[in-house]
Amino acid sequence: MNVVVCMKQVPESVTISGVPQGTASVRPQGKMVINPFDMYALEEGIRLKERYGGRVTAISMGPAEAEEALKEAIALGIGEAVLVCDPILEHSDTLATSYVLARCIERLERPDIVICGRQATDGDTGQVAPQLAEQLGLPFLSYVSRIEDISDGRLTAQRLVDEGHQVVQVSLPAVISVVKEINEPRLPSLRGLMQAKKAEIPRWTAPDLGLDVSKVGLDGSPTRVVNVFVPQRSQQGQMLEGSPESQVDQLLEKLRDAKVI
Amino acid sequence: MEYFLDEQQVTVRDLARRIAEERILPLRAELDEKEEFPWEIIKELADADMFRVFIPEEYEGLGGRCLDLCLVIEELSRACGGIAISYAANALGCLPLIHHGSEEQKKKYLPQVASGSRLTAFALTESTAGSDAGNIKTSATRRDGGYVLNGTKQFITNGGEAEIYTVIAMTDPSKGSRGASALVVEKDTPGFSFGKKEQKVGIRASSTRELVFRNCTVPEENLIGREGSGFIITVRTIDRSRPGVAAQAVGIAQGALEAAVDYARKRVQFGHPISAQQAVQHMLANMATDLEAARALVYAVARNIDSGAKDFAEAAAMAKVFASDMAMRVTLDAVQIFGGAGYMKDYPVEKMMRDAKITQIYEGTNQVLRNAIALDVLKRRAMRE
Ligand SMILES: Cc1cc2nc3c(=O)[nH]c(=O)nc-3n(C[C@H](O)[C@H](O)[C@H](O)COP(=O)(O)OP(=O)(O)OC[C@H]3O[C@@H](n4cnc5c(N)ncnc54)[C@H](O)[C@@H]3O)c2cc1C
Repeated sequence: MNVVVCMKQVPESVTISGVPQGTASVRPQGKMVINPFDMYALEEGIRLKERYGGRVTAISMGPAEAEEALKEAIALGIGEAVLVCDPILEHSDTLATSYVLARCIERLERPDIVICGRQATDGDTGQVAPQLAEQLGLPFLSYVSRIEDISDGRLTAQRLVDEGHQVVQVSLPAVISVVKEINEPRLPSLRGLMQAKKAEIPRWTAPDLGLDVSKVGLDGSPTRVVNVFVPQRSQQGQMLEGSPESQVDQLLEKLRDAKVI
Repeated sequence: MEYFLDEQQVTVRDLARRIAEERILPLRAELDEKEEFPWEIIKELADADMFRVFIPEEYEGLGGRCLDLCLVIEELSRACGGIAISYAANALGCLPLIHHGSEEQKKKYLPQVASGSRLTAFALTESTAGSDAGNIKTSATRRDGGYVLNGTKQFITNGGEAEIYTVIAMTDPSKGSRGASALVVEKDTPGFSFGKKEQKVGIRASSTRELVFRNCTVPEENLIGREGSGFIITVRTIDRSRPGVAAQAVGIAQGALEAAVDYARKRVQFGHPISAQQAVQHMLANMATDLEAARALVYAVARNIDSGAKDFAEAAAMAKVFASDMAMRVTLDAVQIFGGAGYMKDYPVEKMMRDAKITQIYEGTNQVLRNAIALDVLKRRAMRE
């Protein structure tokens, strides 16, 4: 089994000091951590390796500091890691990012499964995983909450859907995105941490991957973040007062006014 | 204070702290209440390589340094003294093997301990032999290339849960303290069973139990060291492990101090947080000062041991006495700062007070250790005459 886990570094939500207003080019300040949803992807990747053998590689596109996140992944038990790092990739949107990740994955030993977190807590789009599947020409399962079985080149998995669970089968290789219900991420081990300290994480640049520069960075991104703002809190809640009977009367009146009943 | 820990020690301490905060804190009250052995945490500690910390590198460990072990025990104790001792007793249980075992014994047992797959325990105490350890009655009689054990050990930490026991028994009662030997007895050996499980005041998540030997036969190769060296092994083992109990005391006190500081800042009486009262401030100041002094002593002794020093028994006893008395005072004061709330199970400090008490009792009561320290002090003076 050959598994690739895609991950990114995000500002830890509890330490963010206010959301920067304006366009998306400003990164919020805060301690950088592995995107919480990617922790489940990493854990699942490690579990697959433990169960089926083979290798598991973590990849990330990001600034040089993202190496820290990849080292953390190694401390958890991820065997190898690659950082795609090039200034021209800055401000890539989800489509550009998925293009870069796809080219990176194509340079690795062909994976059986590519695992992503359901979304990243900074952009919150949840688009990279499906776009990546498209870029790679692979089938995609979103919101996987349990991997039931892998055999005969097929993966059987449970997906979390609004109404409950869905059990689906997909032929491998495939891309999946996972939800937090899938596992409980482990803590690192001492030997893992020591290994991570020594690990050299290869850095691949745009030329290394033979990227078409017109498809990456701000200029290569079809979507633009026009504005980032804190939503106005609408205080629409209303407390009814008086005896329970009169409250019921008032409520009925309001519901009738609103033409709900 | 900066203690100039090396990179490995910082890594060990930080991960132990993370496990304590993320995994132990949410469980400690329940495990204490139910007197339940912390298997889930033991598994976490094993996965995190924490059992490797006290094992030499040759046997799949991470070096076996005393200070590294103390750092882990301190961090775990900051969250729960009971869980910490369930971990630390493994170091005690395999110290005889590490320092006195044969190459074969080490190869056989230490990797199992390092991986955390089998727990260990050290069994000396009996109903007639506590401080007076020389009075043990459990016998190990040589027969047909093995030893037959008979007798009962009491108050054994990890009893029932551990699988590898170092048992001190009399191979030749006629020789008194020179007639004791250390033997490895594995769980499930016929004739070896477990008796009463104690119900305790503190460290309730740990298991303290009787070991019962009825014609329990172990093979000759389970003898650690020579026949008759049981008491020397015991003394050396406990000398080495005492800084661990001291570290447990430091950790418990650290947890109590932090809780007391937080509470003092939040609790308002007479219109101000009680932390504005000088009476409370001075209590906090004394707690913090005593705690730091104890920590400095414990780390210094541990470093001394790690440097290869031979003569550390007195210093190890001092660290244990000083840190445990400190922990008792600090936890009592923490309860005092909490007032009535401190007496309630809703807050963590009453548990810390209960947990702290044991550190003055086991691995040599503080009275017995003061006897030993005084003896050394007086002997040194006498030698100069
Ligand atoms: C929770 C717990 C866990 C334990 N775990 C282990 C374990 O894993 N393995 C193991 O072998 N043992 C273990 N013990 C035993 C422990 O080490 C003994 O309880 C301790 O050494 C004291 O012995 P005792 O209880 O018989 O007290 P006693 O020896 O009866 O002492 C009673 C009192 O008399 C005092 N006293 C006795 N002799 C002297 C003296 N000469 N001078 C001055 N004062 C004296 C003592 O200080 C104490 O205050 C454990 C005990 C407890 C409570």
